[in-house]
Amino acid sequence: MQERLKELQEEAIQKVEKSVSLKELNDIRVAYLGKKGPITEVLRGMGKLSAEERPVMGALANEVRETIAVKIEAKQKGLEEAAVLEKLASESIDVTLPGRPIKVGNHHPLTRIIEEIEDLFIGMGYQVAEGPEVEQDYYNFEALNLPKGHPARDMQDSFYITEDILLRTHTSPVQARTMEKHQGKGPIKIICPGKVYRRDNDDATHSHQFMQIEGLVVGENIRMSDLKGTLEVFAKKMFGADREIRLRPSFFPFTEPSVEMDISCKICGGSGCSVCKRTGWIEILGAGMVHPNVLEMAGYDSKKYTGFAFGMGPERIAMLKYGVDDIRHFYTNDVRFLKQFSKHE
Amino acid sequence: MFVSYKWLQDYIDLSGVTATELAEKITKSGIEVEGVEVLNNGIKGVVVGHVLEREQHPNADKLSKCLVDVGGEQPVQIICGAPNVAQGQKVAVATVGAVLPGNFKIKRAKLRGEESNGMICSLTELGIEGKVVPKEYSEGIFVFPADAEVGVDAIAMLNRNDEILELSLTPNRSDCLSMLGVAYEVAAILGRNVKLPETNLQASTEKASDYVKITVEAKEDNPLYVAKVIKNVKIGPSPLWMQTRLMSAGIRPHNNVVDITNYILLEYGQPLHAFDYDRLGSKEILVRRAADGEKFVTLDDAERTLTSEHLVITNGTEPVALAGVMGGANSEVTSDTTTVLLESAYFNGAPVRKASKDHGLRSEASARFEKGVDPNRVRAAGERAAYLMAKFAGGEVLEGAAEADTLTVEPAVVSITLEKINRVLGTELVMKDVKEIFDRLQFGVSIEEDTITVTAPTRRGDIKIEEDLLEEVARLYGYDNIPKTLPIGSTTPGGLNEYQKKRRVVRQYLEGAGLYQAVTYSLTSEEKAAQYALEKRDTIRLSMPMSEERSILRLSIMPQLLEVLKYNSARQNDSIGVYETGAVFLANGTDSLPVEKEHIAAAITGLWESHSWQGEKKAVDFYVIKGILEGMFAKLGLFEQVQFVQAQVDRLHPGRTAEILLNNEKIGFIGQVHPTVQKDLDLKDTYVFELSLKAVLEAEAPALQYEAIPRFPSITRDIALVVNKETVSGTLSEIILTAGAPLLKEVHVFDLYEGDKMEEGKKSIAFSLKYLDPERTLTDEEVTKVHTRVLAALEEKAGAVLRG
Ligand SMILES: [Zn+2]
Repeated sequence: MQERLKELQEEAIQKVEKSVSLKELNDIRVAYLGKKGPITEVLRGMGKLSAEERPVMGALANEVRETIAVKIEAKQKGLEEAAVLEKLASESIDVTLPGRPIKVGNHHPLTRIIEEIEDLFIGMGYQVAEGPEVEQDYYNFEALNLPKGHPARDMQDSFYITEDILLRTHTSPVQARTMEKHQGKGPIKIICPGKVYRRDNDDATHSHQFMQIEGLVVGENIRMSDLKGTLEVFAKKMFGADREIRLRPSFFPFTEPSVEMDISCKICGGSGCSVCKRTGWIEILGAGMVHPNVLEMAGYDSKKYTGFAFGMGPERIAMLKYGVDDIRHFYTNDVRFLKQFSKHE
Repeated sequence: MFVSYKWLQDYIDLSGVTATELAEKITKSGIEVEGVEVLNNGIKGVVVGHVLEREQHPNADKLSKCLVDVGGEQPVQIICGAPNVAQGQKVAVATVGAVLPGNFKIKRAKLRGEESNGMICSLTELGIEGKVVPKEYSEGIFVFPADAEVGVDAIAMLNRNDEILELSLTPNRSDCLSMLGVAYEVAAILGRNVKLPETNLQASTEKASDYVKITVEAKEDNPLYVAKVIKNVKIGPSPLWMQTRLMSAGIRPHNNVVDITNYILLEYGQPLHAFDYDRLGSKEILVRRAADGEKFVTLDDAERTLTSEHLVITNGTEPVALAGVMGGANSEVTSDTTTVLLESAYFNGAPVRKASKDHGLRSEASARFEKGVDPNRVRAAGERAAYLMAKFAGGEVLEGAAEADTLTVEPAVVSITLEKINRVLGTELVMKDVKEIFDRLQFGVSIEEDTITVTAPTRRGDIKIEEDLLEEVARLYGYDNIPKTLPIGSTTPGGLNEYQKKRRVVRQYLEGAGLYQAVTYSLTSEEKAAQYALEKRDTIRLSMPMSEERSILRLSIMPQLLEVLKYNSARQNDSIGVYETGAVFLANGTDSLPVEKEHIAAAITGLWESHSWQGEKKAVDFYVIKGILEGMFAKLGLFEQVQFVQAQVDRLHPGRTAEILLNNEKIGFIGQVHPTVQKDLDLKDTYVFELSLKAVLEAEAPALQYEAIPRFPSITRDIALVVNKETVSGTLSEIILTAGAPLLKEVHVFDLYEGDKMEEGKKSIAFSLKYLDPERTLTDEEVTKVHTRVLAALEEKAGAVLRG
């Protein structure tokens, strides 16, 4: 009997070790450890044994069961792990396939430039002021020291609707309106972005509609040196800390003294190239001290108040900054153009 | 203004300053020099030659065989194709080995069997623009004066060893529209002196005033008219140096008298006009406004119809010149002219501008009058011209001048304090610095304590107020020397206002939802202007549009946005989404500004999901664009205040369009572009919305308020309802929400079936209903009770029954 049990144990263990599937293993479990299995069968014959032998044999039978059960369990664990691995192996994917694209658009490049400039000046305490695109001659010209018949009106041939109403030719009327609203009191610090219109035939460098962004500071002690300092902060933040600025005298009817600001050419580093027309400098904006006539017309005492103003074209800045070669791209809205301006910078 | 570097040296010593250095200095102190042109660029080996013999080329009708002395040991044979080549001429010869513009090298050649050792040159071949070449040489070679020395450098003879500074003048600096004006400017920059031109001459015993009487009726337009008379002139070419200076400045030489007037125009900035005295037909000059409809033939042989806004010079009855603009054919100087009446006048800008504009006759002369000439140079310019006519046209200048003078010239006297200069510029100048600047400008200066008083010469008509002095100081002190500071004193809080902040949020959101921002034109055509307009108004038309395409201010953004889709679709980008924010313009009566409303519009077309290796292609549909828009309202906290109501909008699909209501006010539309419009534009199915961004951004949204996260579970019941096809889900949702309150918290559609398994005229909509009590766990019985109520309401109010 004892031998029969040992035999069964050996036999079962061999089968367990040979088994390759969980089902096979379960069959072995049922076959050897079930109620109808051979061990139970052996124990049934225990009645023939003596009272001394019976507990010994019982213990042995239990030991055999236990041994087989442990083997089965160990084997089962192994088989289960293998099954998991096999399943995982079958689930492997091509990680080089592209991800599911998220549909994302982006700012128009001009908006991008305008917001960048706005944020830069907001950081210096400026507010953003806006005004109508269709203007009265008064705000567009007269309040800016451009009376009727002034030769400088030729410089910006305009789209009139009536004798007195026109599409604004610059964003300066917003300055005039803002000053008027402040009723002769300071300080004012604003930046004015917006669309403007001039009688130009659309070509690679001209557009009958374009953007402008202007700044105005009015206060009791605003100096030309403040203008120079402010423009330098702007230029270095906008175009890079290594850029130099230079002011050149110029003429605008609404400022005096008037200047134009150049920045050193990034392409050639100042030694002269075709982009900077061999000068080493690139013209960026016009500026100046607010003309006393403009201050007086808006109700300011020009003996007490001074101010500076500057203005620039986002198209030109975008063209310089990103190398865009044709102004018409900004208004054609070809997605192959628009989508190039998505990267954060 | 083109300024010859060599010519400028007639008036100022430029030693030690190259043309390029001078350009740089002029630019830095106020007048932009756009470029410096080197005239002789690359030309080598061109000499003066003497045509000793000329005969017909044996094998070619149009060629000449010439024997030319070029200063070498032997004359050389040159074949020449110019029609005007002749024996005895002094000509410009590009010898063998010479280099012409464009790096064109001259080699020994055989032309139709005859040897040619060089080339006889026309002026254009030497790099001179055709439009300034004297007419007699425009079709052939140039001929030097007979006394030209053979073998010398022809380029030097033609004054081409020069550099031209191109000044870009702002309207306030018309004083630099003359060589003398530029000389004063350069003198101030370099701190050197100006040398004035020669005008002294032996006057005749006869008096100009005996030859002509001047009367000015239009005194305001013409406060000063000076006429000199020069007798016995011989019309002929002007000296070569004068011709070449004119050509370099962009003016074509004609004859000595005309060239001298043009030369003075450049030298003094004072336009002159030479009449043939004998052809005037009277001994009188009368200046008056033209009569309306008066006819006049200008010297370009065009008949002009005048108006009373034009100023004319007459012989007492007939016009002989359009003042400041152009002379008349009837009194033009010709080769037969012997007596010249030389006009030097001060005309005001307005009538000159009017005439030059009306007749399309903008000229160097009219431009100067329009900007204002120096009243103190009128007489001097006339004297100088007369001097040159005596010298180079053999004329006899009569004594004095006939004049009409009502002009009062008062130089501007302006004071400024040193304190103000330093306060405005942010500098620390002392009075000595300031005085030195005005001395260099040759302005009169007097100083009293802190105040400097400046008398500006009349040539600088732009100096009127304190700030003009500030500018002179700043530019000559140098902007490079002004310090860099930042404003001090009271500050302002910077930032965007609420509206501007929200607009940025909207843009960010729409871009996050897959749309690209477009910017289109505000001006459009009559046809497009009113399409898709939210409000019907009169269109606003430009008084003088440049084209019909851009003649009207837009009433909506949509037509241009659809154009953007069309443009892209035609270029293989037929699946895109774009949006734009911008003003539309609503007429508000002709005397007031239009109402400008900021709109937002979006358009999507083609496939919304495409070209992925996984997943299905999905075309855009109404619910894609609606989802985007609902998301925008949610982002702004306005979702609950918005309704979509089925509607009809012109040029949108009649069954797939809704009006958008915000707090029950119509603010815009959403829908599919009408299929016929889509077809016209070659677009795939396209869905759009446009609404008043102003209304959206100005709407009040409830303040953000935390709501407790429910601690008890909710119970969800799904129902599928059968309803009439016309019943819209919005109605059913409302019935459900009303009947299920307060335990019913959420309802959403999760299925729609309109297929053939449904009875005719019916459809099935499935809703998911979520019940929740924040205070406790709901029991099934409680939910069933409310749910039954909901179902009853649905049946009663919408005839909806549960799908079996
Ligand atoms: Zn460069």
